[in-house]
Amino acid sequence: MSMTTRTAATVLAIALAGPALAQEQDKTIQEIEKYRAALGDGNPAELWEARGDAIWKEKRGPKKASLEQCDLGLGPGVVRGAYTVLPKYFADTGKVEDLESRLVSCMVAIQGFTPEQAKKDPFGGPGKKVAMDALVAFITSESRGLPMNVAIRHPKEQEAFDMGKQIFFHRGGPYDFSCATCHGVNNQRIRLQDLPNLLNPRDAKRAYTTWPAYRVSQGEVRSFQWRLYDCFRQQRFPELEFASPASVALTMFLAYNANGGKFDAPAIKR
Amino acid sequence: MKTGTQHALAIAFALAGLTGCATAPSYDETREQAIAMMKASFKVRGQAKLDRLDQDDMQRLCSQYVGEKVMPKEIAQQLEKAQQALVKYPADGKLLGDWKRGERIAQSGVGKQFSDDPARPAGGNCYACHQLTKQELAYGTIGPSLYNFAKTRGFGADIQRYAYGKVFNSQAFTACSSMPRFGHAQILTEEQMKDVVALLMSPDSPVNK
Repeated sequence: MSMTTRTAATVLAIALAGPALAQEQDKTIQEIEKYRAALGDGNPAELWEARGDAIWKEKRGPKKASLEQCDLGLGPGVVRGAYTVLPKYFADTGKVEDLESRLVSCMVAIQGFTPEQAKKDPFGGPGKKVAMDALVAFITSESRGLPMNVAIRHPKEQEAFDMGKQIFFHRGGPYDFSCATCHGVNNQRIRLQDLPNLLNPRDAKRAYTTWPAYRVSQGEVRSFQWRLYDCFRQQRFPELEFASPASVALTMFLAYNANGGKFDAPAIKR
Repeated sequence: MKTGTQHALAIAFALAGLTGCATAPSYDETREQAIAMMKASFKVRGQAKLDRLDQDDMQRLCSQYVGEKVMPKEIAQQLEKAQQALVKYPADGKLLGDWKRGERIAQSGVGKQFSDDPARPAGGNCYACHQLTKQELAYGTIGPSLYNFAKTRGFGADIQRYAYGKVFNSQAFTACSSMPRFGHAQILTEEQMKDVVALLMSPDSPVNK
């Protein structure tokens, strides 16, 4: 921990220091990488994963049933590798679903929650731990090391991909931003933060396979739904509704572009 | 016989064309469907109302010509011309404010997010995308470096006017620029834009040191 603190102090010192020589900037980026590596030694996301594992097996809801029979895409109860095939079309709901919207469907069908109850607490916050974050951490952790393998077979899967692509390029709001403004060009930075070009397979794989992530600055595990929600906030759009059709379509577009990337999350980020 | 084959081919092509129309929706249909999906997927929060999903001509055109689909030159020129007509220069004719205030505006990323207090003045967040001074290392690279902006372009009235116009409405000069239209969208006030122009144009500003 003192190592981490020291590295953080170095990063800060360099960020605040003198003339903007290219060499010093490279050093700053290197120091940030070192800081990230130091944090990676132990990932607090493991606490969320363990809690999610327990919640997955716990009898909950009006029907007092566990989620263990939930079909996440590879058959009822199969968790290993399930995240790598999502989003996908599910015949029982007639919809394309990502992990979070699929969990909502299972909580409704198997546990007897209303959709409103199932979607009520999508993200944790200070002093508030929610089941959804934990379930997402647990289920995604069971895909670690496996390649992303999202299919477009059903017409609704194609439709979701096409809609997601449109949403990615949709410029709007007072700042005229689209997703592509920040994530459509190689090697760009906002302040000192590198921006992945999500249209470039290398960046798309690296970005998608490292969410969810434990955010050090927030002390929370953040899901991919949260990532999109917060991107749209910064895009100056209204609030993206949790597990909404647009959120699933955009996820379809981004997940499909990451196909072949080795899944490596929950990760840890600044 | 030959004509018979040609006839059959013509019918086959006609059918293929028809099927193509029936199965693949047009760009406009896909757009409409996507916009309807977005309207059903976002909710009002604070100052961010659903009308933020609606697009003006610039937003619509710049969402359409992306990736390999390059905007035709005539459309780009028309767009720039239409946006030029929307630029409002200060009535008092003065374009230079206080570069020190301009620097604070360039540093601030506050404004227009649903998590922001609309009563507080917005920032320009220039450093998010541009290098401006030697002192600030934490700058982004989405836009070009503006270090030595006036030193390289000149300190004259024409460049001042260009700088103000560009901050007010970037689309008037470069169709589909990534830069927000700070004046047109009422992100910054006239006074704030003058301060930002001073940051770029003043000989005393660290931008030109």
